[in-house]
Amino acid sequence: MACIEARGLRKTFGTTIALDGIDLRVEEGRILGLIGPNGAGKTTALNAILGLIPYQGELRVLGRDPWTERDLLMRDVCFIADVAVLPRWMKVSQALDYLTGVHPRFDRAKAEGFLGKTSIGHERKIRELSKGMVTQLHLALVMAIDARLLVLDEPTLGLDILYRKQFYDSLLTDYFDRSRTIIVTTHQVEEVEHVLTDLMFIDRGRIVLNCSMEDLESRYAEVTVNPAQVAAARALSPMHERQALGRSVLMFDHADRQKLATLGDVRTPGIADLFVAVMGNQTGATKGAAR
Amino acid sequence: MNTQSDTTHGAPLEPQRAAAAVAPATRPYYWSVRRELWENRSIYLAPLAVAAVFLGGFLISAVHLPRRMRADLAMDPQHQHRAMVMPYHIAAALIMGTAIIVAIFYCFDSFQGERRDRSILFWKSLPVSDRTTVLAKATIPIVILQLFTFAVVVVTQFLMLLLSSAVLAGSGISPATLWTQVSLFSVSAMLLYHLVTVHILWHAPFYGWMLMVSAWARRVAFLWAILPPLAVCFIEKVAFNTNYFAAMLGHRLAGGPEAIPMTPDQFPMEPGMHLTPGHFLASPGLWIGLLVTALFLAAAVRMRRYREPM
Repeated sequence: MACIEARGLRKTFGTTIALDGIDLRVEEGRILGLIGPNGAGKTTALNAILGLIPYQGELRVLGRDPWTERDLLMRDVCFIADVAVLPRWMKVSQALDYLTGVHPRFDRAKAEGFLGKTSIGHERKIRELSKGMVTQLHLALVMAIDARLLVLDEPTLGLDILYRKQFYDSLLTDYFDRSRTIIVTTHQVEEVEHVLTDLMFIDRGRIVLNCSMEDLESRYAEVTVNPAQVAAARALSPMHERQALGRSVLMFDHADRQKLATLGDVRTPGIADLFVAVMGNQTGATKGAAR
Repeated sequence: MNTQSDTTHGAPLEPQRAAAAVAPATRPYYWSVRRELWENRSIYLAPLAVAAVFLGGFLISAVHLPRRMRADLAMDPQHQHRAMVMPYHIAAALIMGTAIIVAIFYCFDSFQGERRDRSILFWKSLPVSDRTTVLAKATIPIVILQLFTFAVVVVTQFLMLLLSSAVLAGSGISPATLWTQVSLFSVSAMLLYHLVTVHILWHAPFYGWMLMVSAWARRVAFLWAILPPLAVCFIEKVAFNTNYFAAMLGHRLAGGPEAIPMTPDQFPMEPGMHLTPGHFLASPGLWIGLLVTALFLAAAVRMRRYREPM
């Protein structure tokens, strides 16, 4: 069974179309990165998956309808939004008590184990903790829940590099296994790059790219072209061209790698560069269509 | 043979064990109520603080108690009773009034607060339904606060009585008359009756309304709770020159004759007052009020489902 399955998922706020009928299928055991510019519909998609907003179209998460069965779904789904959602008045010990009391899959000993590795005292109030510590706390709580789907919406927003690195490290080493699924949205694409198994670009409520990281490696190639061969490279219809250190860097979709190797250094593009290339083409295509 | 019976015995146990492993006993409602008490400590601190301040004042005024008592004892029984019982009623009224103010502030903040600080995203990420949350939040002003008020009033009155007795005994006056006149047990029983009938059952629609407005309004829940009923009163007055809606609200607010048989000269918690619980339970006003409360709460459940953080 797919972890998430959506068909024609659509959401409008007044006249603004946040999700424009997207189709989506996320299998179990994947780590999906949802990348897009501000206002692309990432958070709206996540909110629909979490049962926080009503939507049009079909959506099943772990076989349930999130809007009508949110409370049942949340036994198997965890969610970390940007750091500000833990109630500020709460004490750490109260958060542990409360979760033990309401969540059938919460393992208190495990959460205390994770917290033991941090400097967060049980009697501290959340408002007294630094941003990084609040995230550590939330992560400790969430990792102690034996959930099947973990949704992370900009989880490292506003954190310094140390905490950000730690966040994904502990997520991968202490939490992730092949039976869980993780969806993450972030603007810091570099830090999730090595973590993801799947990648999805979303723009203006539509999915503009959806592929696994293996496919990405075989499909896209970036060539730092030797100055003499720029014209020859351009003839192979690159999807994007940029300048780096005075040399042309061209990106190709579905091109013959051996052929490209004769033009310069070939490598798999980073997500950030791919994002710029794909989004740039999107804007171009829209402009072309408008004309 | 043995092994066979073992397997047949073992088989039905298996799913039970599995079910127990999947869902250990969680009590979402109980913990939702507790978390409200963690967050809103004024629910118990405010009545306690008022009780403490009142007791402090009472302690100071106890200097004059022997003189007052001698004056009271010289009065006729009717006035004697009133004079002696008065401070106890004032204590009860002050603490109950505080509880009502706390309840109003609690209701207006209940659903708006969690959206304002975005913690609603945390609460909604847990397996607790909107219905459980709304019922837990409604329990605070309608049940918990009222019963806690009862406990605080009873303890305060008891301490007042002990204190008075000690002072009187110290100046050679027997406190016996005071104990007979104040008759703490029946005062407490009346208080409980008053709280359950008026403050819980009769006033429940007000709390339901305020909770619903809090779940609905983006800001100034207070105004949204007050202005529409005022507008209805005003429009009714202008259009039909009648005051039915205002009269109904006033009747509901005052407690109404169904809830408590109140004669103008008496406190609603006067012992020996003629109680009519049967009449109260049979009054349509009670049941219509409870039905309206249920509708308001159902609407609050629905709104909490739709509302996003602001």
